[in-house]
Amino acid sequence: MLRYTVRRFGQLLLVVAALSVLLFVWLRSLPGGPVSALLGERGTPDSRAQLTEALGLDEPIYVQYVRFLGRALSGQFGTSTGVQPGDDALAIFVQRFPATIELASLAIVLAVAAGIPLGYLAARRRGTWLDNTGVVTSLVGVAVPVFFLAFLLKFVFAVKLGWLPTSGRQTAGIDATRVTGFFVLDGLLTREWDAAWDSLEHLILPALALASIPFAVVFRITRGAVLDVLDEDYVRTAYAKGLTDRVIRGRHVLRNAMLPVVTTIGLQTGALLSGAVLTERVFAYQGVGQALAIGFERRDYAVLQVVIIAAAMVYVVVNLIVDLSYAVIDPRVRT
Amino acid sequence: MIRSRLARLRRFAAMAAVATVALSACAASERGEGGGGTGGTLTFGAAGAPSLFDPFYASDGETFRISRQIFEGLVGIEPGTSNLEPELATDWQPSDDGLQWTFALQEGITFHDGTGFDANAVCANFERMFNQTGAGQSDANSYYWIQNFGGFADGAAPSLYESCTAENPTTAIITLTRNTGKFPALLSLPAFSMQSPAAMEQYQANNVQAQGEGFVYSEYATSHPTGTGPFRFTTYDEANGTVELARNEEYWGEPAELDRLIFRVIADETARRQALEAGEIDGYDLPSPADWQGLRDAGFDLQVRDPFNILYLGISQKDNPALRDLRVRQALAHAIDQETLVSSALPDGAEVATQFYPRTVDGWAENVQKYPYDPERARRLLAEAGQPNLTIDFYWPTEVTRPYMPDPQSIFGAIREDLEATGITVNPVSRPWAGGYTETTQVGGAPVFLLGWTGDYNSPDNFIGTFFGSPEGMFHTGQSPWGQELADRLRAADAEPDEQTRIAMYEELNRSLMAEYLPAVPLSHSPPAIVTRENVDGLIPSPLTAEEFAPVSISE
Repeated sequence: MLRYTVRRFGQLLLVVAALSVLLFVWLRSLPGGPVSALLGERGTPDSRAQLTEALGLDEPIYVQYVRFLGRALSGQFGTSTGVQPGDDALAIFVQRFPATIELASLAIVLAVAAGIPLGYLAARRRGTWLDNTGVVTSLVGVAVPVFFLAFLLKFVFAVKLGWLPTSGRQTAGIDATRVTGFFVLDGLLTREWDAAWDSLEHLILPALALASIPFAVVFRITRGAVLDVLDEDYVRTAYAKGLTDRVIRGRHVLRNAMLPVVTTIGLQTGALLSGAVLTERVFAYQGVGQALAIGFERRDYAVLQVVIIAAAMVYVVVNLIVDLSYAVIDPRVRT
Repeated sequence: MIRSRLARLRRFAAMAAVATVALSACAASERGEGGGGTGGTLTFGAAGAPSLFDPFYASDGETFRISRQIFEGLVGIEPGTSNLEPELATDWQPSDDGLQWTFALQEGITFHDGTGFDANAVCANFERMFNQTGAGQSDANSYYWIQNFGGFADGAAPSLYESCTAENPTTAIITLTRNTGKFPALLSLPAFSMQSPAAMEQYQANNVQAQGEGFVYSEYATSHPTGTGPFRFTTYDEANGTVELARNEEYWGEPAELDRLIFRVIADETARRQALEAGEIDGYDLPSPADWQGLRDAGFDLQVRDPFNILYLGISQKDNPALRDLRVRQALAHAIDQETLVSSALPDGAEVATQFYPRTVDGWAENVQKYPYDPERARRLLAEAGQPNLTIDFYWPTEVTRPYMPDPQSIFGAIREDLEATGITVNPVSRPWAGGYTETTQVGGAPVFLLGWTGDYNSPDNFIGTFFGSPEGMFHTGQSPWGQELADRLRAADAEPDEQTRIAMYEELNRSLMAEYLPAVPLSHSPPAIVTRENVDGLIPSPLTAEEFAPVSISE
């Protein structure tokens, strides 16, 4: 198990190293750059040249990359020029990551809490109205673009009905104490209940929008897996042994159906980051997805590098955890 | 089996409970006692995060909007106009040669840190700006100093600034190396605001370093901006995207009505409008012209500023030799139906531009040559120039809106149609604003392009001096025999000490620009708007987008 874990970590490091090279070259091959973003229409040929030199962007790309690596090894991943100008890019990620984790966690909790029971019920009541409704809903969940759903939810529940806030992480001026960067948790820890509730309210609509695809996928995978397991010999055997329906459902059907569902949840958790870019933009939510969107607009190399590499690491680590959990569940995987 | 699972669950629950209690024990609320004020809180939607809070190193509107509430300059802007008015200086007088400016200062003013404002503080500020070194001299940091004063104390480039003398606590004398028509108007820029010398020293304000592809600023610039204005800086909650200011209770003038002023960053324009509609913010700047009527109908107070900008069709003479012929440039001007462009693609209140700056700026000339829409004449001019089949690369920007150019695509579309109707072949080239557009246009790489400018202060040099002051700039006027002459004439007008003579020189320059040179085609002046909820009073829209929030009040 230890060897397996070490091998997978080695693979992770290789992926990150390769990605950092590709990303570095790709970003700098895009038209424009931080100089254009910083100077806007006020630049002149002279000021552009001077700033390009001051920022070291006139050097050959391999020299820039070696410098980047040197700085990265000492913990300096560059300074933002567009998202939060002057701030350390890694600090921006660290500051915004809890926001995205909070959002993605609620989204995945909603998706799993609704997707697994409904998928299971749909399979158990195959062909009924419940099954058909679930299948159609999940199709809609997959088909409707996240940003459209986000706009729709926002327009109905925030703008028209006024039930929930339209944007942001917390109402401006609420005077909340920051501890962990997870606003809901901070409110609970400091017993600032109004702040915790306010943050939760800000999370609901973006989380619902973000949960649409994972819900649909989890629902469909659960339904399919349960249908498969229900046909297995060991389930028939369990019934023949006289086990109660509850035990068969819990221990034999659901548990065995969970393997593909767990894999799916892992993949969807990683994929949530891409959905977060759109959702956070629509809801002006101060997470890494929004940083990524603004970073592209303003060609903020430092922030883009840190956020994309970190997002890739999160994706790989989540899937590593899934694989490791596989290895725990099924020892054959370790070889 | 079930029992052991239950036991595990209990252990986990117990550990989680212990962790939560431990965390909450070291996470006490840091809330204060609460305001107690009666002026209320106004939350204003900002389109972007401020770069920093030291206005000297800034050049963006979002930073300056905040700076204007915290800091004041020697001279200010009369609300609702672009005219100068006294601020920290009560009066200013130039010497006969225009080189020495004597500023009489207000008495009894203190900075937010309690230190006094006097002539020594004025000189400390100017010396600080003049003595920038290293990364502090970069265009990205000292943009306004370089544009207006030129070089620094190291003498690498000539500087407009020579020295500052504190004659007595209430008299400061600033000596310039040459006369310029833009002084003291340029001192109204937030970049030249007066900041507390003590706070700047304590928090090492000049400590700006290039790091990676950006700059790192001092603690002063990020957390301790200290001015004399009606609001003082309280917090910048980056995690929530809010900047909070509080009323300066010791303010020397009329104190602010509001207890708190919060700027909340909402990058997306639609999200800003929806936040206003939902009552989460009390106002925001630059609503899209497409939303103006809807916002008015919904009962919001939409105020349209007087236009103080210019949109022009840029022409670079660098790569396309045909564009060096005046007749070809005149043909382009005649080919564009500006009246229709302004009425169809620009907001209400936009005007056709007859020259390169709005009427409110000195030197605007009545009788300039005009270029009415006349496709037939355009064709004739092209034929005369030997370019009946003219082909141009026409650049337009994506991913951007500007007050002078709210919807680049529709503006481009309208002009392209007009040009093609005249027989000109247009090769459209679109580039993202920060993704190659400004980069290409600024080095003269775009033969024909859309661009514009919002004035920084009321001076002709801030418009036409910036555009055409260098023969090698984005228009590459140096390719024509008159390029250097135009630059020399602009310099001479700016250096003229006598105001009336200077204005006459600019009027003549504007006539020449439109008749003899036509280095670009001025298209329009567009009025930007600002919108607030109806319970917000006292906000006076500024043509320079230099609104002050001190007189603003909010009712329940």
